[in-house]
Amino acid sequence: MTAGETAVRVKDVSHEFGEPGDAQFVRALQHTSLDIARGELLCLIGPSGCGKSTLLNMIGGLMTPTTGTVEVGSTVVRGPLPRDIAFVFQENALFPWCSVMENVKLGMVFQGVPKSEQEDRARKSLEAVGLKDFMGHYPAQLSGGMRQRAALARALSLETSILLMDEPFGALDEQTRMILGEDLSVLLSRAGKTIVFVTHSLGEAVFLADRVAVFSARPGTIKEIIHVDEPHPRKPNFVTTEKFSQLRNMLYGLLHDEIRKAVEQSAIVGPQS
Amino acid sequence: MSARQDRRDKFASRAVQIGFIVGLLTFWYLGTAYWGISPLLLPNPVKVWHELKDVLGSGEYLPDLQITLTELAVAFSISCTSGVTLGYLISRSQYLIKVFEPLLAGVYSVPIILFLPLYVLFFGLGPGSKIAIGTTISFFPIVLNTIAGFGYVDKIFITAARSMGASDVQMFRYVLLPAALPVILTGLRIGFTVALLSILGSETIASLAGLGHKIVHLAEAMETARMFAYIAFAVVIAAFLNTVVSSLERKARRR
Repeated sequence: MTAGETAVRVKDVSHEFGEPGDAQFVRALQHTSLDIARGELLCLIGPSGCGKSTLLNMIGGLMTPTTGTVEVGSTVVRGPLPRDIAFVFQENALFPWCSVMENVKLGMVFQGVPKSEQEDRARKSLEAVGLKDFMGHYPAQLSGGMRQRAALARALSLETSILLMDEPFGALDEQTRMILGEDLSVLLSRAGKTIVFVTHSLGEAVFLADRVAVFSARPGTIKEIIHVDEPHPRKPNFVTTEKFSQLRNMLYGLLHDEIRKAVEQSAIVGPQS
Repeated sequence: MSARQDRRDKFASRAVQIGFIVGLLTFWYLGTAYWGISPLLLPNPVKVWHELKDVLGSGEYLPDLQITLTELAVAFSISCTSGVTLGYLISRSQYLIKVFEPLLAGVYSVPIILFLPLYVLFFGLGPGSKIAIGTTISFFPIVLNTIAGFGYVDKIFITAARSMGASDVQMFRYVLLPAALPVILTGLRIGFTVALLSILGSETIASLAGLGHKIVHLAEAMETARMFAYIAFAVVIAAFLNTVVSSLERKARRR
């Protein structure tokens, strides 16, 4: 694990939904290249529909690029890589028919972890996210924030080197989000994982990321990358510093025009899309 | 406080329900004993009770009950296996769902009991035609619920399992099946109920034996009191079977 080594290499990737000429044809992402260093936390931020989730899914092998390639380590991604990559999704992706403990274990069953290790690893990761006392609960009995903690525990128990998070706190209220963000920063600084984190929140991006990739409106591509030079784990009072505000304002400036553009695009397409 | 309120509400509604039944029986008794309703149309409840004791005591009901239950068991096992298998296969492709779901739902809305004369022609007056009608009628809710159960599993569960490396067998065992099970079980319960209904009904229309047959036979012989006793017996059997199936459904859901 030498610093600066590349964990994920995105090479001139584009993604299109449908065929050119179709009514539903969408060019979600075009000609995007990006190197993600081992152990860094990269945030993807941009207007709705700019292709940031699409890029995340292509890195994770859940979608195939129309052109270009994604490499993890030295292998080209052609499908899910459960030994290298774990996901935390925006929606509640816990299985409602399993308890929290069973959910975490099931991930390891799928990944192929020996049965003897499952219990121990599940327990450790649930303790790490603060759900020690809720192992027997079912997802429906938990709050939104606790469910996302459980989803995070499931991803951590897989012990992958890469973690992809698709707006994991998107459905939560501002305060729960803030606390989860702080806990995440502490947790991940210990784990030493490579993390790609999609978010809509400027503050969340600055608070968590080593680098923030700002996307342009559709067809999306990376407009600029901003470095956040602050050691992990970040202190809660980092958000009150001058540096934080400056970075956040810079992001705001970069994003504002793109968001306007995206809103205008969707106004042409129709009110609901 | 609200728990006590709940209990009081429950008690009150139970009291009304029991009161309703007691009232009905009282009117039945008064009507037949004092108000001169013909015993051919409505026999005295006390007489019905004696007939029922006689039927149960003599074991006379056994051959008919056996036939009806056998018909039900055969019809339900055929519609279960074929309905769940076909439903699963159809649910594997969005195209097949689009083609077959409206088709099956359309046929389901046809009153299938109208095919009974045809089935009697095909399979005779014996159990064959009853099994055929019971199977046909219960097949549709089972196949439709199986398609709904397997076909509309939330995509995020499938994506999540795939990202963690689930194999096809694991996907079925740990994701598709538990997600679909509640909906399928509801289909099985509805299928069971309509199979029982249609078998008893078709026995009263054209048959050689069975509980439904016995009831018509007694009606034609004008033994109304004994007929009522058999109706009561059939109602108890049906209620018992439906309760068993419903509790099995609830139990399996809870797991």
